[in-house]
Amino acid sequence: MSARVEEKHRAPIRWMHWINFPLLAMMMWSGLLIYWANPVYSLRLFGREIFYFFPAGFYSFLGIPYRLAEGMQLHFFFMWLFAANGIAYAAYLILSGEYRSLLPTVGSFKRAFRVALYELHISKQKPPQGKYNDAQRIVYTLVILMGAGSILTGIAIYKPLQASVFTSLLGGYEWARWEHFWLMIGFAAFFAVHVVQVALAGWRNFQSMITGVEIITTEGGQE
Amino acid sequence: MSENDTKWPGGRGNSANVLNERRSISEEMSDAGARKILGSRSRRGFLLGGAAALAGVFGWRWLPEATKVGFLQRVFRFNESVTSALFSPTRLAPEFPADKVSRPARVNGMLGIESEIDLAEWRLNIGGIPGRASDLVLTMDDIRHLPRAEHITEFKCIEGWSTIVQWKGTKFSDLVAAVTPWKTVEEMPSYVSLATPDGGYYVGWDTPSIMHPQTLLVYEMNGEMLTSNHGAPLRLASPTKYGIKQLKRIGRIDFTNERPEDYWAKEGYDWYSGL
Repeated sequence: MSARVEEKHRAPIRWMHWINFPLLAMMMWSGLLIYWANPVYSLRLFGREIFYFFPAGFYSFLGIPYRLAEGMQLHFFFMWLFAANGIAYAAYLILSGEYRSLLPTVGSFKRAFRVALYELHISKQKPPQGKYNDAQRIVYTLVILMGAGSILTGIAIYKPLQASVFTSLLGGYEWARWEHFWLMIGFAAFFAVHVVQVALAGWRNFQSMITGVEIITTEGGQE
Repeated sequence: MSENDTKWPGGRGNSANVLNERRSISEEMSDAGARKILGSRSRRGFLLGGAAALAGVFGWRWLPEATKVGFLQRVFRFNESVTSALFSPTRLAPEFPADKVSRPARVNGMLGIESEIDLAEWRLNIGGIPGRASDLVLTMDDIRHLPRAEHITEFKCIEGWSTIVQWKGTKFSDLVAAVTPWKTVEEMPSYVSLATPDGGYYVGWDTPSIMHPQTLLVYEMNGEMLTSNHGAPLRLASPTKYGIKQLKRIGRIDFTNERPEDYWAKEGYDWYSGL
């Protein structure tokens, strides 16, 4: 049995991925410090409140109350880094051609369904993996679009007069704030699922996001 | 399904294959040899990543509070220079139809207006007008004789809520035109300071924002006389700034080239607070 070491994730992708982690964390944290001052959203189904964002215990446990000024200071600093890293990442994907591994392709949605069935242990047939499987292609593309959405809704809230045309396109100031909030919830949900999936995928996969490489076992030197 | 589909480098849709790039780091070798290469790369990667994470966390914690606050205040100034460069003196905030006005208007913050006020005794004192040795003192009557202006716009609180209000009064720029020699915004001092009669609350404005056509000196709100809670007899209203800048019960106005002190900026909020 022989093997070779193969590059999986190139250095810029790895760097920007890991840099994004603390930046997104700081955006979410400072966003919560700001949101606390006017916490008006809840999850509703058929007119009934299912979950209120957020219960008082959540704020006191994390030490969030009365830190609006600090939240704004942090949010309006890290926004530059978060946006710069996100734009650099998107630019790299396009210029390097790496987007080909990432964007959904024809039939991705159909195949993603197979991925879901397989991962939920409903189907035993392993769907094609590639660098990213079709469910990953869809979700990772979506999360990049969410990042763009966060920047755009953020601008609409940050400068609703200077960007008034744009704020109106998003449905107005209050809608833009609502959209910005739900994108944050979307990131939190993505993060939770992502961490579980990475844990399930195992060490070999996880280390490749840090080292960039994976060992490919090649029976008898032939693929 | 072919074997190629299960191993990522062989996946047909992968960039490396589409781009026809070779991404092998090593030649074919023994399993143990490959693991050795991987081991050294992992060690390097985790050490570097771990060091960066620790440096980030402890570096931030180690910084003195004053340094952090000072740094973040400079970021506010940087953001101000970027966004004030984008400020357009003619871009107007959207206006709303009268039936969109929120009633009753939300009252938030009584700083500087806690005490009773004798409206008959109230005067507006204006300082910093060239060629005047002392303040210009105006009565409410003087102000009511200035051209009237009104708009229904969305008032935005820095806390994150907003409400639609009908404001009626006179444009701040019309006051400037009536009582000062300045003909353009560029001739004017860079800043305007406003304070309540007791000096308990005070705000600083950049001149372009306060000269914006929608910045009003207001004496009627939602079709009624301004109430004490909302800043009678005269308050500022403008969609160019958060509510913290829209001073209630104005007692003093000063034109100045020195950046004025601002109540909430001292508490760590953005001095500019421009929208």
